[in-house]
Amino acid sequence: MSAIAFFGAIESGLLFGLVAFGVFIAFRVLDFPDLTVDGSFPLGAAVAATLIVSGWNPWVATAMAMVAGCMAGALTAWLNVRLQIMNLLASILTMIALYSINLRIMGKPNVALLGDETVLTPWEELDIAFYLISPILLTLVVLVVYFLLVRFMTSETGLAMRATGVNAKMARANGVHTGRLTIMGVALANGLVGLAGALFAQTQGTADVTMGVGTIVVGLAAVIGGEAIMSTRTIARWLFACLIGAILYRLAIAVALNTDALGLQAQDLNLITAVLVTLAIVMPRMKQLKRSGGAA
Amino acid sequence: MIEVKELHVTFGKGTPLENHALRGINLQIPEGQFVTVIGSNGAGKSTFLNSLAGEVMADTGSIAIDDQDVTRWPTNKRSGLVARVFQDPLAGTCESLSIEENMALALKRGQRRGLSRSMKKEYKELFQERLSRLGLGLEKRLGDRMGLLSGGQRQAVSLLMATLQPMKILLLDEHTAALDPKTAAFVLELTRDIIAEQQLTALMVTHSMRQALDVGDRTLMLHEGNIAFDVQGDEREGLDVPDLLALFSRNKGEELSDDSLLLG
Ligand SMILES: Nc1ncnc2c1ncn2[C@@H]1O[C@H](COP(=O)(O)OP(=O)(O)O)[C@@H](O)[C@H]1O
Ligand SMILES: [Mg+2]
Repeated sequence: MSAIAFFGAIESGLLFGLVAFGVFIAFRVLDFPDLTVDGSFPLGAAVAATLIVSGWNPWVATAMAMVAGCMAGALTAWLNVRLQIMNLLASILTMIALYSINLRIMGKPNVALLGDETVLTPWEELDIAFYLISPILLTLVVLVVYFLLVRFMTSETGLAMRATGVNAKMARANGVHTGRLTIMGVALANGLVGLAGALFAQTQGTADVTMGVGTIVVGLAAVIGGEAIMSTRTIARWLFACLIGAILYRLAIAVALNTDALGLQAQDLNLITAVLVTLAIVMPRMKQLKRSGGAA
Repeated sequence: MIEVKELHVTFGKGTPLENHALRGINLQIPEGQFVTVIGSNGAGKSTFLNSLAGEVMADTGSIAIDDQDVTRWPTNKRSGLVARVFQDPLAGTCESLSIEENMALALKRGQRRGLSRSMKKEYKELFQERLSRLGLGLEKRLGDRMGLLSGGQRQAVSLLMATLQPMKILLLDEHTAALDPKTAAFVLELTRDIIAEQQLTALMVTHSMRQALDVGDRTLMLHEGNIAFDVQGDEREGLDVPDLLALFSRNKGEELSDDSLLLG
């Protein structure tokens, strides 16, 4: 694999690390199966690209993309908590609605960022190989997000959020406003996915209304894969496992696509993802089987 | 002082499965009283405790705690006034969180939660001190997942958790029923000690009539959503299980076998 392909995989691994954090909060912390992600990823891209093209500061545009993602997540959770719509269905409703909303925001199916100032622009003047700029910037962003998340999850409110997902009745008995924390958590999750979408648009130079398809599966692959190979004993390690899972996943995809003997092409990506997710789900169970002496 | 007036609760109102579970309960519990509750299966004991906690909302009637009407307050808003231990050891704790995280969560019952760290050195010391009284060695296992503990250990920790913060009433819903006899006796003893030490107002549901008489200051029996009898003081002194059965048939004009209670 060439250096460009390798760092390209790292770059997209870091981006999907942000998605994995979001998926982790919804699926693992809150036990809330949330497909909003497939809509909030292109939402983040659409908001950031549209604002950048109309001359906004790229960091402010990125922050607005995050806010938009939060609003999408809050809507999903609100449909569930207040209107009592089943969580999965609520997230599908928001995801479908976002398709229309994203088209409205961009006014067309895609927006190109040609020559516009993005968060990467100041770095392009530095003496760094072009294929290293995005990985370096994304590493910084991901690390900041990681430390903030760990700090939040170990705070009083973060602990209450984790309890909400594990045992809502017990959490309520201890004074936790479980409905409010569910809305907050799903909002945070989609805010992170919106951030990933905004950064994706800027590193790729384009936002496209279809680019969200399968985001949730990649995020889940990262979370499940990370859990399969790393310790999840503390929240800090668990989140770190999600990040490593995302990076390894993108590397595995790159290797598969670059191994000519396999004869795989980009359009086979969804099939590869499905196989990897299946393996990641089965692997921990295989470990258990071995431990229990092979008895099913 | 807990004051319950004409409390009615109906499940599945307007459906074919409509179930009038509480039918006009009136009860006053003065501060510091330890009340035991008996009643056959389905009598409404858990529903009554749930309605005091806010998990189940009253159709009509009122609940006041220290002259404050809390009838419409949801569970989380009442949590500063009400602490509870559930029957199921799995229900009262978070199994995927550690012992110290569970206790840190309970330490903030009824208080505002902010962004400060949930774990502090002085909290750990407090948890260790409380856990060491159990004599189970749990004070050395603060970081262990709750799910690793046995049912009895979890109930004991639940009890410590419920009593970390002051409350107006402690609700115990058959909290020893899922345990083996020896562990149940241990948890019951711990319950008595803590209630006496902290002079708590408590409501304890038990399926054993013997235990209901041996423990606490007052015993009441629920039957079909109503209080069938309510004894305390001199009247309760020296009562035995057959006396309770007699009391029931005198008040209700029905026969009740010891068995049907023990099944509950
Ligand atoms: N959440 C609920 N939904 C519908 N019916 C319920 C619910 N909880 C309890 N009931 C019904 O209310 C009645 C009283 O139940 P419960 O309070 O659990 O009795 P006990 O604790 O005395 O055994 C029973 O008929 C039970 O089936
Ligand atoms: Mg019950």
